[in-house]
Amino acid sequence: MLSPGTTAQADPPAPVVPLPRRRGIEFTLIVVAVLLSVYGYCDVGLARTGSVPPGAAGYGAGLGVLALLAHLAVRLRAPCADPLLLPIAVLLNGLGLVLIHRLDLETPADRAAPTQLVWSTLGVGLFIAVVVLLRDHRVLQRYTYVSVVTALVLLVLPIFFPSVNGARIWIRVAGFSIQPGEFAKVLLAVFFAGYLAANRNALAYTGRRIWLLQLPTGRVLGPIVAVWLLSVGVLVLERDLGTSLLFFGLFVILLYVATGRTGWIAVGLLLAACGAFAVGWLEPHVHSRVEDWLHPFASVEAGLGPNQLVQSLYAFAAGGFLGTGLGLGHSTLIGFAVKSDFILATAGEELGLAGLSAIFLLYGLLVERGLRAGLAVRDPFGRLLAVGLASIVALQVFVIAGGVTGLIPLTGMAMPFLAQGGSSVVTNWIIVALLIRLSDSARGRSEEERHDRKAAP
Amino acid sequence: MTRYIRHAAAFCALLLLALLVNAARLQIVQARTYDESPANRRHTIARYGQPRGDILVGGRAVTGSRDSGEQFRFERTYRDGPLYAPVTGFASQVYGTAFLEGAADGVLAGTDPSLTPIPLWNDFTRARSPGGHVVTTLDPAAQRAAYAGLGSRRGAVAALEPSTGRILALVSTPSYDPGELSGTDAEVGRAWARLNGAADRPMLNRAVRQTYPPGSTFKVVTAAAALDAGVVRDVDAPTDSPDPYRLPGSSVRLTNEVEGCANASLRYAFEWSCNTVFAGLGVEVGLAAMRSKAAEFGFNDRKLGIPFRVSPSTFDTRVDDAQLALSSIGQYNTRATPLQMAMVAAAVANHGSVRTPHLVERTTTGDGDTVSTTGQRTLRQAMSPATAVRLREMMTDVVREGTGTNAAIPGATVGGKSGTAQHGVHNSGTPYAWFISWARAEDSMEPAVAVAVVVEGSAADRGGISGGGDAAPVARAVMKAVLDR
Repeated sequence: MLSPGTTAQADPPAPVVPLPRRRGIEFTLIVVAVLLSVYGYCDVGLARTGSVPPGAAGYGAGLGVLALLAHLAVRLRAPCADPLLLPIAVLLNGLGLVLIHRLDLETPADRAAPTQLVWSTLGVGLFIAVVVLLRDHRVLQRYTYVSVVTALVLLVLPIFFPSVNGARIWIRVAGFSIQPGEFAKVLLAVFFAGYLAANRNALAYTGRRIWLLQLPTGRVLGPIVAVWLLSVGVLVLERDLGTSLLFFGLFVILLYVATGRTGWIAVGLLLAACGAFAVGWLEPHVHSRVEDWLHPFASVEAGLGPNQLVQSLYAFAAGGFLGTGLGLGHSTLIGFAVKSDFILATAGEELGLAGLSAIFLLYGLLVERGLRAGLAVRDPFGRLLAVGLASIVALQVFVIAGGVTGLIPLTGMAMPFLAQGGSSVVTNWIIVALLIRLSDSARGRSEEERHDRKAAP
Repeated sequence: MTRYIRHAAAFCALLLLALLVNAARLQIVQARTYDESPANRRHTIARYGQPRGDILVGGRAVTGSRDSGEQFRFERTYRDGPLYAPVTGFASQVYGTAFLEGAADGVLAGTDPSLTPIPLWNDFTRARSPGGHVVTTLDPAAQRAAYAGLGSRRGAVAALEPSTGRILALVSTPSYDPGELSGTDAEVGRAWARLNGAADRPMLNRAVRQTYPPGSTFKVVTAAAALDAGVVRDVDAPTDSPDPYRLPGSSVRLTNEVEGCANASLRYAFEWSCNTVFAGLGVEVGLAAMRSKAAEFGFNDRKLGIPFRVSPSTFDTRVDDAQLALSSIGQYNTRATPLQMAMVAAAVANHGSVRTPHLVERTTTGDGDTVSTTGQRTLRQAMSPATAVRLREMMTDVVREGTGTNAAIPGATVGGKSGTAQHGVHNSGTPYAWFISWARAEDSMEPAVAVAVVVEGSAADRGGISGGGDAAPVARAVMKAVLDR
């Protein structure tokens, strides 16, 4: 990889080797992912009733067809894409369906898996649409400002709807609830990437210098800070603190990657600390979350019984190293949100540390592959977009997984692909589709260049 | 930009590492602490996830399990619940366990390590043994006789096999159905509140957890002390006992309910229950000897478990002579459980020695293989065998012609001692009727049963209540049930 600033003048011409496209590997991995999910589905049935559940064939066929269609879309329209991204998404989504189905067995009145399957289908449909219709990611840069306006509208929308469980982040339409903030994540990443790509030189090299910090001019920095403040402000209004934390992290990471100024990280951390302190102090909802995090067992000691976080810790502890086995845990003791925010506790209890680590590593691979696409893409917008999308996944996994395991204060968020939640599944499929497109253009372009070089004398 | 993307990648890797390390801490290092947290319901869920083992009386299970299909799946059921409640106790999802259900919980719930053939095997496989069974020493006929004998009155019965200490009957009335406390629905909470709030306290196990002033039945202990200490050498010789007896160092005069107690012989005083004679004998024996004699019978023993805990019976050891005189006739601070007084009768029947009472014959695995048996328990010599012979004679006299004729069983030798215990401020409470006794079939060498009965009188029969009249017939029914076996 060449670093920017140096040119290829001094380099010897690259040897011409056909770049492997690895679609066969992707296909094999997808088959493995589908089989693993079907195995999990059967295992739940065997553990609960002693027989293979009748729905296993249908579930396997459904997931298999979806995965196959996605694979065909990639094979036809993004032949050079990273072969790991799609299998990881299929496996995580399949595993999520198994976990939700498993929890449905204990709450027969409230079945979530069928709905989740519908949303997953929609997600894969959008994935295919993005891969097929979006021929070049650079097209998106044209929509920088459309994205930000749409994102802000989506974020503001739920304020006009009644709050659900203390947070105003849902829109209910015809029996379906949609979380617009999820879609706003992608749009905001497009905006940040587009704006920073256009203005990164001005951001990095103009403005006044105060002590160690190079401050850019207000004209350049102003709009982006305004957008960021606006979105975070709206989220605080809606009490969606997980997502506001996510936006903040995304903003700081992209600013750092775009300008390379370490000072931004320092300023970011300082602001984050001040913000967290102020919100934690002023807002009772957050205050109690922080209290719960510092003293999770306070309610137990007071004789009030374990709260959700403690139940979640109990679930993880009950899993131990190898887990109780699918279908044999008692994570439903967590109660409310066990299928959404706390889905990881079920994974931790029934699959154990071994299974949980595997899940974490899958997310790690997904993020790493996204960042790798960012390294390989040539245009700054594509790079920033890839880094932004990968960071969204990384931050989201860390915030919710850290929350339910007691590492950081708990903020409600959806575990990508695993958790119940239509908007979340759909958004994550779009994120993976964009990463596929970016990785394809990265590797595809270098292939083109090699091709050109080969053709040249 | 490449460099900064790599930094971002390193940052993500750091987050991932933090998650992995934290998960390992939670699931490996702290797992045990969390698993054992009392607020963690997983233990309870696992515990009720399989049917509980049974408690057996006379070879028949008096308990059962019912699959409720709920989170705490198997609920306890009881056959003849009120009859056996003082023995079984209850096993409630909400309120825990009591008595045998509690004391033998490990075996019944399948958690006892001795139920597995290989140590630590269950820890390894995460499995749980099926619940084991507890075989009791109870005699169902004696238990029924005692329960029917007490009827609607408040009271308790404890019956023992003198030579082994096996408990044959343990009854407390009024009783309750422990099955009402099984399960988790709202009905359970209401039953719990009702049973705990009831004025006659049906959940109180009066046979082992309630102490009463033993009254005149304690004279067996005092007589044993006087004979063993040599204060009385001839049971037929007159004692130097004034009637009324002025308590030493006080102006209080103690009187008798019967005639002829002045300078009466020990035999006469025992037969007709002369307070004055025994108060004087107690003082003459002295505090040290009385105290050790009471202890030899089992008083002031805080460690007795059968296997569940028995409330200690007390003989106050820091008293002046006036209090000692009252203590010696089973008043003042002397208090005894019915089980303790059954032990006193059993000591007389068993040549002066006391076997530690026990209720569990053996425990078995779910398949019926014996896990443990209650071996011969400790033996304590409460009095010399010669003293026991004399007391047996005197107790037989009580039933033949004294205050205990209601306990007589044709074709059997029965010894007994009645008691009517005063209590309350200035003895204002309705007196307790006591009767302790033992019985030997004529064709047998040894007494087969020793029994203690206490009946808490009701306000209506304050005047007429007496050990011989109210408690002796119950004792007789229990002894007859054992002898007819």
